[in-house]
Amino acid sequence: MTDLIKQTARQLSDLLRAGDVSAHEVAVAHLDRIAAVDERVHAFLHVDREYTLARADQVDAKRASGAAMGVLAGVPLALKDVLAMKGQPTTCGSRMLEHWRPPYNATVVERLHAADVVILGKTNMDEFAMGSSTEFSAYGPTHNPWDLDRIPGGSGGGSAASLAAFEAPLAIGTDTGGSIRQPAAVTGTVGVKPTYGAVSRYGLVALASSLDQAGPCARTVEDTALLHMAIAGYDPKDSTSINQPVADMVAAAQRRDLRGMRIGLVKELSGQGFQAGVRQRFEEAVALYTSLGADVVEVSCPSFDYALAAYYLILPSEASSNLAKFDGMRYGLRSGDDGEHSVEQVMGLTRAAGFGPEVIRRIMIGTYALSSGYYDAYYGSAQKVRTLIQRDFNAAFTTCDVLISPTAPTTAFKIGEKLDDPLAMYLNDIATIPVNLAGNCGMSLPIGLAPEDGLPVGLQIIAPINGDDRLYQAGGALEAALHAQWGHHILEEAPAL
Amino acid sequence: MSKTALLMDFDQALERFDPVLGLEVHVELSTNTKMFCSCSTTFGGEPNTQVCPVCLGLPGALPVVNEKGVEAAIRIGLALNCEIAEWCRFSRKNYFYPDMPKNFQTSQYDEPIAFNGYLDVAVPTDEGVMPFRVLIERAHMEEDTGKALHQGGATGRIHGADYSLLDYNRAGIPLIEIVTKPIVGAGRYAPEVAKAYVAALRELVKSLDVSDVRMDQGSLRCDVNLSLRPTPQDRFGTRTETKNVNSLRSVERAVRYEVQRQAVILTDGGKIIQETRHWHEDTGLTTAGRVKEEAEDYRYFPEPDLVPIAPSREWVEQLRASLPENPALRRARLQAEWGITDHDMASVVNAEALDLVEATIAAGADQAAARKWWLGELSRIANERGLGLEELAITPAHLARIEALIADGALNDKLARSVIEGVLAGEGEVDAVIAGRGLALVSDDGPLLAAIDAALQAQPDVAEKIAAGKLAAAGAVVGAVMKATRGQADAAKVRRLLFERLGVSE
Ligand SMILES: [Zn+2]
Repeated sequence: MTDLIKQTARQLSDLLRAGDVSAHEVAVAHLDRIAAVDERVHAFLHVDREYTLARADQVDAKRASGAAMGVLAGVPLALKDVLAMKGQPTTCGSRMLEHWRPPYNATVVERLHAADVVILGKTNMDEFAMGSSTEFSAYGPTHNPWDLDRIPGGSGGGSAASLAAFEAPLAIGTDTGGSIRQPAAVTGTVGVKPTYGAVSRYGLVALASSLDQAGPCARTVEDTALLHMAIAGYDPKDSTSINQPVADMVAAAQRRDLRGMRIGLVKELSGQGFQAGVRQRFEEAVALYTSLGADVVEVSCPSFDYALAAYYLILPSEASSNLAKFDGMRYGLRSGDDGEHSVEQVMGLTRAAGFGPEVIRRIMIGTYALSSGYYDAYYGSAQKVRTLIQRDFNAAFTTCDVLISPTAPTTAFKIGEKLDDPLAMYLNDIATIPVNLAGNCGMSLPIGLAPEDGLPVGLQIIAPINGDDRLYQAGGALEAALHAQWGHHILEEAPAL
Repeated sequence: MSKTALLMDFDQALERFDPVLGLEVHVELSTNTKMFCSCSTTFGGEPNTQVCPVCLGLPGALPVVNEKGVEAAIRIGLALNCEIAEWCRFSRKNYFYPDMPKNFQTSQYDEPIAFNGYLDVAVPTDEGVMPFRVLIERAHMEEDTGKALHQGGATGRIHGADYSLLDYNRAGIPLIEIVTKPIVGAGRYAPEVAKAYVAALRELVKSLDVSDVRMDQGSLRCDVNLSLRPTPQDRFGTRTETKNVNSLRSVERAVRYEVQRQAVILTDGGKIIQETRHWHEDTGLTTAGRVKEEAEDYRYFPEPDLVPIAPSREWVEQLRASLPENPALRRARLQAEWGITDHDMASVVNAEALDLVEATIAAGADQAAARKWWLGELSRIANERGLGLEELAITPAHLARIEALIADGALNDKLARSVIEGVLAGEGEVDAVIAGRGLALVSDDGPLLAAIDAALQAQPDVAEKIAAGKLAAAGAVVGAVMKATRGQADAAKVRRLLFERLGVSE
C-alpha cells in the first residue's frame, strides 16, 4: 500500500475520492507518524487521537451517504495553536492559556470543518507568535526535521515542522512579520501569507491586529492553493475582511506558464549580507525564471530599509494592548489569588508568571512607544514609514507583476544560537516584514539546499493586494521546473527521522 | 482624614471666585444589541447571561460596529448642532480594570463622530428665566464597561470586601459621551446652569428616542468638572472631576458643593488637587477618589480591529431631515399656540402630559379642557394606580370625543367622569360606555318640564320667591330636578326652562 504520509493533499484527495483509502486510515497513518517521531520533533502541543478519529469517521460516513464532498474532505491538517478551537486546548504557546479551552471556533476552523478537513492537533509556536525560531514556546522548542539541533523557524515552527516531518500534509499558520514564510523557508516547505483581510482573523488570538494574517502551509504549491481556497473569503465577523470573490488559486498554481510575466528583483532585499548559499540558490532561481520566459527586472524600494524599525514599533504597540486582556480575571492562569493580594496585585502577579521573556520585552517596548509624549515620535513615525513602504510597493507593481527575494537571510540556525540576541533574531524577518506592513501577499517555496550546510533555502514571491493568485502562478511554475531538475521533492533529501 | 471638608458660604465664595464648569454626560443607547456584538442590551438580566466571546473579550474575538449605534450618535450630534465627521475612527483607551474585559475601552479619541455644537438652555433664576448657550466640544461613541459587585465587608465598596463578582452584561453597551466646552460666564448661577443643561440634554435625547435617559438606572450619567479662578480674566484653575452624579438635583448640589469646598482651600492659600471625586447622594458630599499623581496615560491609538467610519453626506442629511422638532422650541411654539402662561405650561411639562395634551387638542378638544382632564382627573387616577399617564387605557381621541359631547350638552362633567371610568375599565369606546351605562343627558324638554312642575308643587314658596326677584331660590328646583333625573340633566337648561315656566327673565 502507498505510504500515506508521503502523499500530497491532492494525492490523498484522489485516493479518498476513489475509495482506495478511508479518512480513518489516512488519519491513523498520520497519528501513528506523530506518535513515532513527534517526541523528537515536537511539532505538536496537543493531539487528541480519539477526537481526530471520530472526525475522520464522520467524514467517511458522510462520503458513504453519497453527500457531495469537498476536495480536501478527509485530508488531515495541523493547526497552529493560536487559532481558537471549541473545546480543544488553545495555548498560543503560553503558560497564560495552559488550561483554556475556547467556547467557540475561529472562522478558519469553521471553514476547515465545513470542508471536512480532519484536524490532527495543535502545533507549537513562539509564545503569542513572538519569535522566529519557536524557541520562545513555553512548552519547549520545536526541532527542524532536517537537523534536530536546529530551529524550524518561527513563530509557526510547529506547523512547518509537521509538514517536513510528514506528520501532516497540510497546516495552518499565521504570519505577522514572516511567521508562515520563514518557517517554510528553513524547513523546505511552502507557505503563503495571503493579502491582509483575505482570510478571517476571527478566532486568531491577536498579536498585532493590523499585521496578523492566517494562511495555508503545505509541501507543494498546489496543496497550498487548495488549502487557501478552503479558508479564504469574506467573513462578516471580521471588520477588516475583504468582501470580494476569491480568485482561483488552484488554477493559477496549475497554469505553469510564465511567458510575459514581469518579475522584479527588489534591490534592497537582493541578499547583501545574506548567507552565501542562500544567495547562490536565489541567483539560480532568478536564472531559472528567465529561462522560463519571465522578464526579470530590478526595482528599488528604498523605504524597506526602515521596515524593520517601523515593524518593531507597530507590533509591540498593538501587542501591548492586545495582550492586556490576559490578567487572570476571566480565564487562563491566575496567580497570587490567596486572599492576601489585591485585584491589581493578582493581575500583576498573573502577568509576571504567565508571560515569557520575549512577550514581556515586547509589551514593555509597546507600552513605552504608545505613551503620551512618545506616540508621535515612535508609533506615529512608524505609521508614516508604513505608508512609504506601501508607496514603494505600488510603484514597483506598476512595472512588475510579482517581486522576488530570498525569504530569510540564512538557513536554519542552531537552537540557542540567537536566543540572547534579540536583534539578530529580529533580522530573520527582514525580507518578509515589508509585506505585512503594506498588507499585500507573499509566498515562500523551497529552491534548493545551501551548499555549505545542506539545509533548505526559500524563495519569497510577493504580489500586490488581492493578487494572491499571482503567487501561485509564479510559484507553481518554478516548483514544476525545479522538480523536473531534481527528479523529486526536496524533502526526499532530508535525513530519515 | 475627615470626610467632611470645610465649606465656604456659597455667596461669599462667588464674591471671591469665578466658577468654570465642564460637563461630561454619558448616554447609554437603547439599541437592541451591543455596540460591537449582537448581545442583548436589556437592563436587569441575570449576571453574565447577555455575553458572548466578543463582549467578554475572549482571545481571538473581534468587534463589528453596530450601525444603529452610529446612527444614534449622528442624530444626537445633529440635534446638538454639531458638525458630523466625514471620516473618523475608533481608538483604544488602555487601562487595567477588572470590569473591562479587554483592559482597553473601545472609544473615540481625536476623531469624534460629532463636534463643535451647542445647546440652548433656559435657566430659572431669581430674576426669571435666563437663556444660556452651552457650547459642545464633541460627542463620541464608546462602549460601556461591566460592573463589579463587591461582596462581604460592610460598605459594599472595594475596600474591605471579601471578594468581588463581575457582571459583564453591561460590557459593550453603546454609549455616547457628550462633552461641553468650558462653561464660563454662569457666575452664581453655575449650579442652575449645570442642572438646566443636563435636563435639556436629557429631554433632547429622549425626543430622539435613542435612549431611556434614566439617571436612576444609569442610562444617563453625568460627571461634573469644576474649577475656580479669581476673576473671569484669569486663567482656568485646577479642576476636579466629580463622578457618579446621578440625578438632576445632584448635578446642582455637586456644583454648589465643589464651589464651596474649593473656595475654602484656595482662600487659605491651598492648592486644588487634580483628582476624581465621588458624589454621595445620601450625604450630599464628594470624597476624593484616586489622586492623579500624573495625568493618566491611556496610550490611545487607532483601533486596528475596526475600519474607519465615513458616514456619507446623503445619509447625514437624511438623518438631519428626519430629526424631531427641538423639544424646547416645540414647548415655546405650543405655549404660544395655546396662549397659556409659563406657569401653566410648566404644569403640563411637569405632569409629563405635553404629548397627550397636544394630541388631544389635535383631535379636536379645547386646550383648556384637554389640560384640565390630563392634569386633573387622569393624573389623579394614574397616581393612584402608580402608572404613567401614557400607560392609562385612554387615548386623546377618547377625551376629544368626551369633550365634543359636553359641548353638545349631551354630557356634563360628572357624567364625563363616569365615561372615563368606563373607558379605563375596558367597557369600550366612549359612545358604547354611555349607552352601556345609560349616561346620556336628558335632553327632551317634556320630561324636564314634568320634573320642574313636580318640584314647584313640592316647594310652593319657591315660585313666589323667584317671582319676587330672588333668583337664587331657583337652586332648590334645579337641585330637585337633577336628583329626579339622577344627574342626567343639563343644569343650565333646567334653569332656563324654569324661568320660562315662571315667565321670569334672568
Ligand atoms: Zn456580546
